[in-house]
Amino acid sequence: MAEGGFAIHPMDQFVVKRWFCHDEPATPLINECTQNIHWYDITNVTVWLAVAVLAITLLMVVGSRGRAVIPTRLQSVGEVIYGFIHKMVEDVAGHDGVKYFPFVMTLFLFILFSNLLGLLPKSFTTTSHVAVTVTLALIVFLFVTLLGLARKGIGFLGMFWVSSAPLALRPVLAIIEVISYFVRPVSHSIRLAGNLMAGHAVMKVFAGFASMAAISPVAIGAVSAIYGLELLVAVVQAYVFTILTCVYLKDAVGDAHH
Amino acid sequence: MATEAHDAAPAWHATGMPQLDITTWANQIFWLAVALVVIFLVLWRVALPRIGAVLAERRGTITNDLAAAEELKQKAVAAEKAYNDALAAARAEAGRIVAKAKADIQGDLNAAIAKADAEIAAKTAESEKALAEIRAGAEQAVSAVALETADAVVTALGGQADPAAVKAAVAAALKG
Repeated sequence: MAEGGFAIHPMDQFVVKRWFCHDEPATPLINECTQNIHWYDITNVTVWLAVAVLAITLLMVVGSRGRAVIPTRLQSVGEVIYGFIHKMVEDVAGHDGVKYFPFVMTLFLFILFSNLLGLLPKSFTTTSHVAVTVTLALIVFLFVTLLGLARKGIGFLGMFWVSSAPLALRPVLAIIEVISYFVRPVSHSIRLAGNLMAGHAVMKVFAGFASMAAISPVAIGAVSAIYGLELLVAVVQAYVFTILTCVYLKDAVGDAHH
Repeated sequence: MATEAHDAAPAWHATGMPQLDITTWANQIFWLAVALVVIFLVLWRVALPRIGAVLAERRGTITNDLAAAEELKQKAVAAEKAYNDALAAARAEAGRIVAKAKADIQGDLNAAIAKADAEIAAKTAESEKALAEIRAGAEQAVSAVALETADAVVTALGGQADPAAVKAAVAAALKG
């Protein structure tokens, strides 16, 4: 990655390291802080997850502390998000899906806040890691699958049998449907992590170019523009992840379709 | 980057992506699970019921306020109707009073006119009587003057007036 006299390290921002460990600020990043990380260690992941938890608590609990009929600004932000996701669950997953609203809300707020906190300079974007997004996607996948089997029993598998297609095509379509069902968590997780990682890496690359005097005005303008774009991406990806969760939830709780 | 110096280089260094270093996955997944459980519990037990209650309360308040406004509007309509009814009743009452006053005045007027007519009639009768008296007096005076005049005329002509003949002649002339 080192070219000419300067180096751009767009991927360094994603390195997981121990929080209470002082390494050299620059590369090499392979040192005692990034090696042999145990599952219980306090890392930058832990810290930024905690910041997300605190921010969500601040907005949703402290913001609604007053329980005011005429809301404060913070309370009305929480109420808008509540109403938005509640309506989404009701519209997409159906009336039976509303009881899983806290689950969907947890996913939406976690992803939204992780994405937005990741845009703070020097911060760490937890949702840019496939470990995190794959876990999220698998939670949704297992939740929907187990819920569908629990609610509909073996009838849940009927969603793979496309009864509106000609009989001869149905086995073929069933195979395709099963494959697409199991591909869901992959696309669900890679979409989120890929968007976040790519955006942050591109910003870092342009930020690196800003150190070259000749192109620094262009680079700084580009960083500003991409930052705006990344704000949009952060919100849209949280929305996309959540609405797909609702769509999958509909398979488990809604009427059979296809 | 200085990789050669490290024997235990993390997996991400080979691919260039720290995301693919599975040695950090256990740490990330553990803390992610903790964070999600905390967020879920906070939302499920505290935040969402509270915000849901506030929204329901607001909907209830708005519905009640609208109902109260509707009620007040109907009260206003009723009050306006009562006002108009009272106004109409007052107008009718006023009309009746005016008509009654007019009738009373007309009655008084008629009585006064009748009384005046009667007085006028009495005065007229009195005047006629007086006139008749005057006229009778005048007739007597005329015959007396005629007698005297005739007597004087006869005397002036050198005759001797026969009072009876003159009287008869004057009476005849007056009648004629």
